[in-house]
Amino acid sequence: MTTLSKIITKKIDNELLKYPKDQKKSAVMAALQFVQAEEGWLSNDNIGEVAKYLDIPEIAVMEVATFYNMYDLKPIGKYKLSICTNVSCMLRGVDSLVSHVKNTLNIDFNQITHDGKFCLKESECMGNCDAAPMMVINNEKMHEKLTPEKFDSIIKELK
Amino acid sequence: MPDERIIPPAQKKSFPLCLATKHLENPADINTYLSIGGYETIKKILNEKIAPADLLEQIKVSGLRGRGGAGFPTGLKWSFMPKGIKGDKYLVCNSDEGEPGTFKDRDIIRYNPHQIIEGMIIGAYIMDATVGFNYIHGEIWSEYLSFGEAIKQARKAGFLGKKILNSSFSFDLHAVHGYGAYICGEETALIESIEGKKGQPRFKPPFPATHGIYGKPTCVNNTETFASIPWIIKYGGQAFNELGVANAGGTKIFSVSGHVNNPGNHEVQLGIPFAELLNMAGGIWKGRKLKAVIPGGPSTALVPAHEIMQATMDYDGLSKIGSSLGAGSLIIMDDTTCMVSVLKRLSYFFYEESCGQCTPCREGTGWVYRIIKRIIEGNGRLDDLSLLKDVSNKISGRTICALGDAAAVPVLSFIKHFEVEFEYFIRNGKSMIETSND
Repeated sequence: MTTLSKIITKKIDNELLKYPKDQKKSAVMAALQFVQAEEGWLSNDNIGEVAKYLDIPEIAVMEVATFYNMYDLKPIGKYKLSICTNVSCMLRGVDSLVSHVKNTLNIDFNQITHDGKFCLKESECMGNCDAAPMMVINNEKMHEKLTPEKFDSIIKELK
Repeated sequence: MPDERIIPPAQKKSFPLCLATKHLENPADINTYLSIGGYETIKKILNEKIAPADLLEQIKVSGLRGRGGAGFPTGLKWSFMPKGIKGDKYLVCNSDEGEPGTFKDRDIIRYNPHQIIEGMIIGAYIMDATVGFNYIHGEIWSEYLSFGEAIKQARKAGFLGKKILNSSFSFDLHAVHGYGAYICGEETALIESIEGKKGQPRFKPPFPATHGIYGKPTCVNNTETFASIPWIIKYGGQAFNELGVANAGGTKIFSVSGHVNNPGNHEVQLGIPFAELLNMAGGIWKGRKLKAVIPGGPSTALVPAHEIMQATMDYDGLSKIGSSLGAGSLIIMDDTTCMVSVLKRLSYFFYEESCGQCTPCREGTGWVYRIIKRIIEGNGRLDDLSLLKDVSNKISGRTICALGDAAAVPVLSFIKHFEVEFEYFIRNGKSMIETSND
């Protein structure tokens, strides 16, 4: 019996339809994404459950979870704020935006605010450089052409 | 169709081909694509049972070269796929954009996904592929979801699945996603990723054409490459070829970012002068002067202003000035840019994204980053520039994939063109450029 929720196993089953029956491993990227979206981050138990469900070794799942940098193997608070600092964003003033963000939240990269609400991550290029500088919240919601004022109002709305 | 074989650079212009629906209402909807003649090409092919070899000939004539950065002739790549063998053959669309400054495939997926799908169906018909994947990088989540919707629409309309439009040809397509790994844009790393593994490039040979996904024949092409296919088949390879210049047939989407007034994508005829493209992006912002340009993404060599202003945007035009077209990702830098700081950020990128498989790249990119970091921190040494060149030259050409070579390119080209700035930083512990804070 798996402890993965029915919603997740149904999503994984749908994903498996994309691949040949004997290649369940191909669904590991999506399976981890589903679990992370529900749990917030990936614990060792989560990794084990995904391995069991796809019938592949736990280490194979761990390899994937550690290789791709949008998976989080530690708690990330309620909202993970990923800010791209690569060159196109840098040329559009991301460094001063990042200083503002760090001051406002009183944390550095890879830290979580005291109330457990926000975690700040430095990201590599998100392929969205005409909207620089930008931020993605919880790997899904993209916020573009950020200014300190725009950042403040986004944060205010996040409960 | 152009009357003359060669269009002078000055007459090259904007030409929405892959982004044909961008200016229309509901651009991504299948009905919008149908309204501009979408899917007519595959209908015609299946109705008239046009021979795959004849279609492949048109791709070859078109002069289409891989739009992901390597610029390999697409027709030639497709001819490598083995014929007449049983079992699955795979076709993969590489939408794993992650090279800083590249965001063109995002727009094709966002505005014109059905043209990618039709291009893949035609490709599958030519190469006898049974299953396709579009691998979309994880950072553009809404585009991954919307491409899934486009696939559903195409399947419902009978363009995907078993016995397409009641012919004997079957092909299905799935959207899959990455989750934060630049290296998966390398085609064999992408194949590993689809197999559910770490994205570490494979040693070649064997090539994907014989041993790709699950060891089956596989062909991987860039998103823009696939989106060009329906037009080529519809209007003929020659017409596409004539849109561009020698060795560079067709159109290209250029992603312009950095210090311009209007960053964005511009789809133009290949061979357009750089100066014209800069105009389209609204020119340099804040009334400043152009300093330098990375013309095709950081794995292409930096070009100083006076050289790029004379250049045309095509493979030969950029190779003449010591750089290359890459993915067409122009990063524009104005005269307040500190080149040492930019190189520091780029070297961190390659260090962070090295997959760790080959020692020269894994260790060398870390060396390069740490040396530039110490220069920025005021602890640079006079022999650091020769050390940087030495380490970069020892990464280049000594790795399984091109990321190693790519990591060396910015280091060598930045120092080549702006050595004075680097020396000043080392001697004085600060930048010689007054970087603007506004």
